[in-house]
Amino acid sequence: MNITELEKTASQVRRDIVRMVHACQSGHPGGSLGCTDLLVALYFNTMKHNTQFNMLGTDEDLFFLSNGHISPVFYSVLSRSGYYPKEEMKTFRKLNSRLQGHPTTHEHLPGIRMSAGSLGQGLSVGIGAALSKKLKKENTLVYVLMGDGEQDEGQIWEALQFAPHHKVDNLIAVVDVNGQQIDGPTEKVMSNRNLEDKYKAFGWQVLKMKGNNMADVVKVLAEAKASTGKGVPIAIMMQTEMGAGVDFMMGSNKWHGIAPNDEQLAAALAQLPETLGDF
Amino acid sequence: MKKYTYTESKDTRSGFGAGMTELGRTNPNVVALCADLVGSLKIETFIKENPERFFQCGIAEANMIGISAGLSIAGHIPFATTFANFGSGRVYDQIRQSVAYSNKNVKIAVSHAGLTLGEDGATHQILEDIGMMKMLPGMTVINPCDFNQTKAATIAVANYKGPVYLRFGRPVIPVFTSPDQVFEIGKAWMVNEGTDVTIVATGHLVWEAIQAGEKLAEEGINAEIINIHTIKPLDTEAILKSVAKTRCIVTAEEHNRIGGLGDSVAQLLITKDLVPQEYVAVNDSFGESGKPAELMKKYGLDSASIIEAVKRVMKRRN
Repeated sequence: MNITELEKTASQVRRDIVRMVHACQSGHPGGSLGCTDLLVALYFNTMKHNTQFNMLGTDEDLFFLSNGHISPVFYSVLSRSGYYPKEEMKTFRKLNSRLQGHPTTHEHLPGIRMSAGSLGQGLSVGIGAALSKKLKKENTLVYVLMGDGEQDEGQIWEALQFAPHHKVDNLIAVVDVNGQQIDGPTEKVMSNRNLEDKYKAFGWQVLKMKGNNMADVVKVLAEAKASTGKGVPIAIMMQTEMGAGVDFMMGSNKWHGIAPNDEQLAAALAQLPETLGDF
Repeated sequence: MKKYTYTESKDTRSGFGAGMTELGRTNPNVVALCADLVGSLKIETFIKENPERFFQCGIAEANMIGISAGLSIAGHIPFATTFANFGSGRVYDQIRQSVAYSNKNVKIAVSHAGLTLGEDGATHQILEDIGMMKMLPGMTVINPCDFNQTKAATIAVANYKGPVYLRFGRPVIPVFTSPDQVFEIGKAWMVNEGTDVTIVATGHLVWEAIQAGEKLAEEGINAEIINIHTIKPLDTEAILKSVAKTRCIVTAEEHNRIGGLGDSVAQLLITKDLVPQEYVAVNDSFGESGKPAELMKKYGLDSASIIEAVKRVMKRRN
């Protein structure tokens, strides 16, 4: 897909996100909107993957979402890329749904390989999958997405030490740096100042990405891919805006975990052209 | 009373190490991880023979559990190893979300469970792990009783698909089970058939139960001794069949009386066939420093405690 096509897809994914969250009046639109461009680029451009889902994922690139609360963007991108029918997005967060509040393998939604929600666990899982693929001598990559608030969790720093020590160089970890978490700006809640320097000090190669600029997302992902296989793990500091794409959801942490009302939904959708047909 | 003899004593963790050595040679998908306790887990031979299939995690157990979950996705069979304390309570949420809820084929193999860890004291003597682990949906919980059974269990869990908590210990105890046994997950082992009382024991308490059975036989009490090595799934049939005959039961385990094997048996009996039960277990307390045998005596986990419990329960029945 070229950049224009990716942007069109991202617009539909953003519509899906706000419509899903509106329909059940719960969920996390802010981070989902901010990470839309990355997930669209990964699933429609960068990753080698098979929508005929197989848990083993042999000879496929794998993606792990660690900040599981941004499930709406994950669900939309999986459906839009062909893992399951788009109508099922209507069931998000409702009883008997495969689209649980946080992603899980438990309900067997195609495309999901790990449960996430309790934060800080996805990088470790991604490292494990990357080690497994190295043992099997696959020429594939593992991607992990984390939040910046999530960097408060200690397990991440255990994983950050492990990966360079064991030369896990088939791994690309992305941190969504939107500067917001539930209780306020990260700088006020728990400053993770100089995050980039910390990753470098732990032995990672760090790239920067403008996470809401599709051309830059695709470019930096290509750079990251080209940097793999050289003995060090790759991290991307992805600068995003929480709520990106919907003007009144941007600029604060307000829309981290609340749903729009009918009026707000209409205002949001007016900013997001329908490009692939709503669910 | 069936006679059990032994020619050597070994620690159950060495049984685990021997099982891993065999798995290293026979199953290329088996990988091992450890959090800076390789010597204590007795996996040196596995590492020496399969260096590419071992991942040293350092003192970072949460990360080890997550990496294990990841390794299992592409088809490897990871054994995450550390002390029982650090492989259960310290990483409960990682096991809950990344292993149990995600239904990953991860084997959490932990040593130094219970009081018999000895001198290091209560910080390391986990007595709550069986309870925590059996509460997790889909988790299999196994506590083998000697070197040979631990080795057999290690090989068996590698061939079983799903999350397993395999718990063993530090002290050197008699090797009294068969070296060529086939370990069947969830299937109780009939140690001695009897008629007067059922003794259900797990882990290090099985040998204590055998010693108790011998002394009880001298007094004319014919104890049925059953080894429940798999606490979950529980072999309910074996227990119900036995109490149908004896009408009273003693449960024996190196664990807190709250949440362990005894509670699993009590729950079964309450719903299926209510007979008097006595617990041989730690009475809702932490442990302390001391020699294993001294601790087992002080906390009421030795053969003498089992004999007392048998007499109490038989009196309640009669």
